[in-house]
Amino acid sequence: MALRTVLKRLGELVLVLLIVSFGTFMLISLMPGDPAVSILGEGHSPAEYAAVRADLGLNDPLFERYLHWLGEALSGNLGTSIVPPYVDVADRIMGALPVSVELAVLGMGMALLFSLPLAMISAHRAGGRLDRLISAGTFGVLSVPSFLAGLLIIMVFANQLGWFPRAEWSRLSEGLGQNLYHAFLPALTIALAETAMFTRVLRNDLIGTLNEDFILAAKAKGMGTMHILFSDALRPSSFSLVTLMGISLGRLIGSTIIVEYLFALPGMGSLIIGAADNGDFVMVQGAVLVIAVIYVVVNALIDISYGYLDPRIRRAHV
Amino acid sequence: MSETVERPVVTVATADVEMAGVHPDVDVVAMRRKPRAWRGALLFVLGLVVAGVAVAAIRDNGWVQLVVILVGLGIWYAGAAELGRVRFGPGFDLLSWLCATWLVVLVLAAIFAPLLPFGESEDLTKSILAPANATPDLLSDYPLGTNNFGLDLLARVVYGARASLVVSIGAVVLGMVVGGAIGVVAGYYRRAVDAVIGIGTNSLLAVPPLILLIALATVLDPTLYNIAFALSLLALPSMIRMARANTMAFSQREFVLASKSMGASSARVMLREIVPNVVLPLASYAMVMVSVLIVAEASLSFLGLGVQAPSPSWGNMIAEGEGDAFKEHPHIVLVPGTVLFLTVFSFNLLGEKARKRFDSRAAKL
Repeated sequence: MALRTVLKRLGELVLVLLIVSFGTFMLISLMPGDPAVSILGEGHSPAEYAAVRADLGLNDPLFERYLHWLGEALSGNLGTSIVPPYVDVADRIMGALPVSVELAVLGMGMALLFSLPLAMISAHRAGGRLDRLISAGTFGVLSVPSFLAGLLIIMVFANQLGWFPRAEWSRLSEGLGQNLYHAFLPALTIALAETAMFTRVLRNDLIGTLNEDFILAAKAKGMGTMHILFSDALRPSSFSLVTLMGISLGRLIGSTIIVEYLFALPGMGSLIIGAADNGDFVMVQGAVLVIAVIYVVVNALIDISYGYLDPRIRRAHV
Repeated sequence: MSETVERPVVTVATADVEMAGVHPDVDVVAMRRKPRAWRGALLFVLGLVVAGVAVAAIRDNGWVQLVVILVGLGIWYAGAAELGRVRFGPGFDLLSWLCATWLVVLVLAAIFAPLLPFGESEDLTKSILAPANATPDLLSDYPLGTNNFGLDLLARVVYGARASLVVSIGAVVLGMVVGGAIGVVAGYYRRAVDAVIGIGTNSLLAVPPLILLIALATVLDPTLYNIAFALSLLALPSMIRMARANTMAFSQREFVLASKSMGASSARVMLREIVPNVVLPLASYAMVMVSVLIVAEASLSFLGLGVQAPSPSWGNMIAEGEGDAFKEHPHIVLVPGTVLFLTVFSFNLLGEKARKRFDSRAAKL
């Protein structure tokens, strides 16, 4: 896991980011018809259309346009929204991003909180009735799309029981308690599928670990079940959770977006879906670029971090 | 990528279940005691009677009826599973059979939808006289109820299945053919070809699936063809990786060497020796992929970016219940939601089973 591997990985990362940014940039060319017509609507003079085209830089050569766009993007200018109220894209994204990040982190944390005990109960008596129940439950939960899960959660907790509000958000600056209270149901929705996934993976790893000799040794020493599960078995089993977090990231971003739409929260999801609805592709371009960069970078960090977390992998790749 | 840890493919919903290596042992009620025919038959009949009585006799707001029907079906399931174990031995897996039955019925209904005696599914002018938001009642003209415009939910669910299945299966087949071909080429030639394809695959994977769909939906018209095209881009990277990994495994085998030493061209080796072996694991993975894409399509339609109302799709039917409608009429969400869940669950379960059997990575060479 020498520096060389990391550098190679970094080079690949930059290449992938360039390709993705180019793809994002090319989004506009997939649009059927003239972009100027889609922006202004029908019935304007040819001069006006020409002006809009010149404004978008559509008359320049493609590659030049891309370089210009990329340069602007790198200096933090993602353009201006093409539908009223013509806001600055970067500003909007900076306002929306914290909400999404908070939701995703809360959801992930909740999932870890739920899945640890579930996986331990399952693995402790693998094949037992409780284990089968948990396995069946997690398999079932994985077949429920997040928007459906969210609607059901709203139905129970907001509509029937009335414990939590829906479609309200309170910023962190308005107090942590309020903020968490409003974020609870959305985070729970996100956590549901992740919990199922984590539980299944961790259970399997735990079962493997519990068959190892050192666990037998611990049992022979007369250690309690709790001690064995938490102190001896959990650590060697938890590496795959790190892997899993990387794999879950794509789904996590997806469900965060859907949950924001569902609960009408002012995050990236509402931003991008609203923009897609209005045909505001400049906004969509900016949002896609930002999300893709975050996604790729976090994934790469996780990739590199395995080696440092798990000595077994480090050795395998020398 | 090949230098770093080989990581399973990222997918939208559930395709990575197998990664856990867990056998989807969903049969909670599996009993350890010896199965008896009389007990199975008793439970079988009792369950049917309970469910039947619930359908015919209970009249309330629907909730009690629903619970009793579910209890009846549970009893019936226990009975049927026991009968199956008596007849076919302890390995009998009722749940898989039920899932297969559900999918067959769904596909047949979707194919023959125009011939079936349904209420109106789409045309608002024809449903003016129909009751709006009718609660499901299996014995009425509208077995699964109606929506806000008096359109028959059963008809809409079946026509929605048409859209969902056509789009998802079409996308998976497209992804499988194109992705499989690219993957085989990458896995066979390795080196530069593989590196270029690897970078391309990673770039496709660099955008989270739902974001990719939304971005495409912004610029494309929401026709079924365009939706299928967008979905196939989601299936592509995992198909490429799967085909590549399997090709690399098979390229080492003796029959490939034999073919090469007899002077077969690269194209012949790939087409005649490798592809027939790679198809099976790809096809079983495709089953799981279908469920992922059904969820993706439903999500997109739910967000209003996929199939446009009044054309039914499960996603936009569920979206109809968003807001106050489903506070008072939960069935508007529950009916399409249940159908969606059962379908995704069935594809997942059967797909996992198929994958366990045909994926050569797991098999001992």
